[in-house]
Amino acid sequence: MALHFELVTPARQVRSEDVHMVVVPGAEGEFGVLEGHAPFMSTIRDGAVQIYKTEGAEPETIEVKGGFAEVGDAGLTVLAEHVEA
Amino acid sequence: MASLKELKDRIGSVKSTQKITKAKQMVAAAKLRRAQAAAEAARPYAERLSAVMASLASKVSGDGAPRLLAGNGKNQRHMLVLVNTDKGLCGGLNSNLVKEAKIQAKKLIAEGKDVSFYLVGKKGRAPIKREYPNGIAKHFDTSNVRTPGFEEADAIAAELVEMFDADAFDVAHLIRPDFQSALVQNPTTTQLIPVPSPEVTEDSDAVVEYEPGEEEILEELLPRYVKTQIFGALLEREASEQGASMTAMDNATRNAGDLINSLTIQYNRSRQAAITTELIEIIAGAEAL
Repeated sequence: MALHFELVTPARQVRSEDVHMVVVPGAEGEFGVLEGHAPFMSTIRDGAVQIYKTEGAEPETIEVKGGFAEVGDAGLTVLAEHVEA
Repeated sequence: MASLKELKDRIGSVKSTQKITKAKQMVAAAKLRRAQAAAEAARPYAERLSAVMASLASKVSGDGAPRLLAGNGKNQRHMLVLVNTDKGLCGGLNSNLVKEAKIQAKKLIAEGKDVSFYLVGKKGRAPIKREYPNGIAKHFDTSNVRTPGFEEADAIAAELVEMFDADAFDVAHLIRPDFQSALVQNPTTTQLIPVPSPEVTEDSDAVVEYEPGEEEILEELLPRYVKTQIFGALLEREASEQGASMTAMDNATRNAGDLINSLTIQYNRSRQAAITTELIEIIAGAEAL
């Protein structure tokens, strides 16, 4: 099982895929989200979202600005205002 | 009766007008597809945001609610945020929007409220100014950017929130076109500030942890929500403008075609009449000899 990760900006849906782990720059510190994470919501600060496709793989980073992250039953959703891939 | 030359010139001018309207129609059709795609692409964000808003707003209600959600407790000064296009040649779109704004303004004034306008786009300025010369609080110009995007929405929302915080108005309404198809774009009015409490769609039992806190998140979320609303309005405006323009220009092209046909018939008739007169003159002359 993998974590379903979505990255959405006002202009478009940037990502919608199944990944191993995502590290999100939360307002009160970075946090990693794996599959089965408890429901959680946090605002994010400007920084890089790191996406680990598989365990131990090199992370892919996406710069995000302003927004928040939500972890629910459906997986992790990051709503960001700006994204620099 | 117009002379042959006049008729010919007239046909020529209608033809060149037809070429322009035809070109504008094709441009609008191409742009419409892009604008629709953009509006479509913006939907997931707006949906997510309102879902999160709904779940948060139900938790943070009552005294602790932020000002943007609860309002400032008054209901006297209303601000109408009217989203118009910058360019014409799009049929009745702008006049319908202005009409809707005037209806809303009249209704509010009849209730004894004060009304002011925040205009986005060029085309609403003149008609609103004529009717409410002192009512225009602000005009936001979007004509210098090709396709208004999130930056513009950001600027508009920031300004509105600032004005709200500075106590310049109590309630803001957003009047924008609602794009349904290339033929139908109805103006709609929605309340923008204070943010109307969204209906809770589902009550999940899951205990959600919030970081920093529910109120802080909501506080950050509300301006974003206003921004998204305005961004949506700009996208709808873009799609509506192109749709309306396409329809209007299609009509104009067809009308020009009809006009050319009737002018051509008139031209041919007068040409025939001229030839017949000439013949009669020659025959009469020959007979006289």
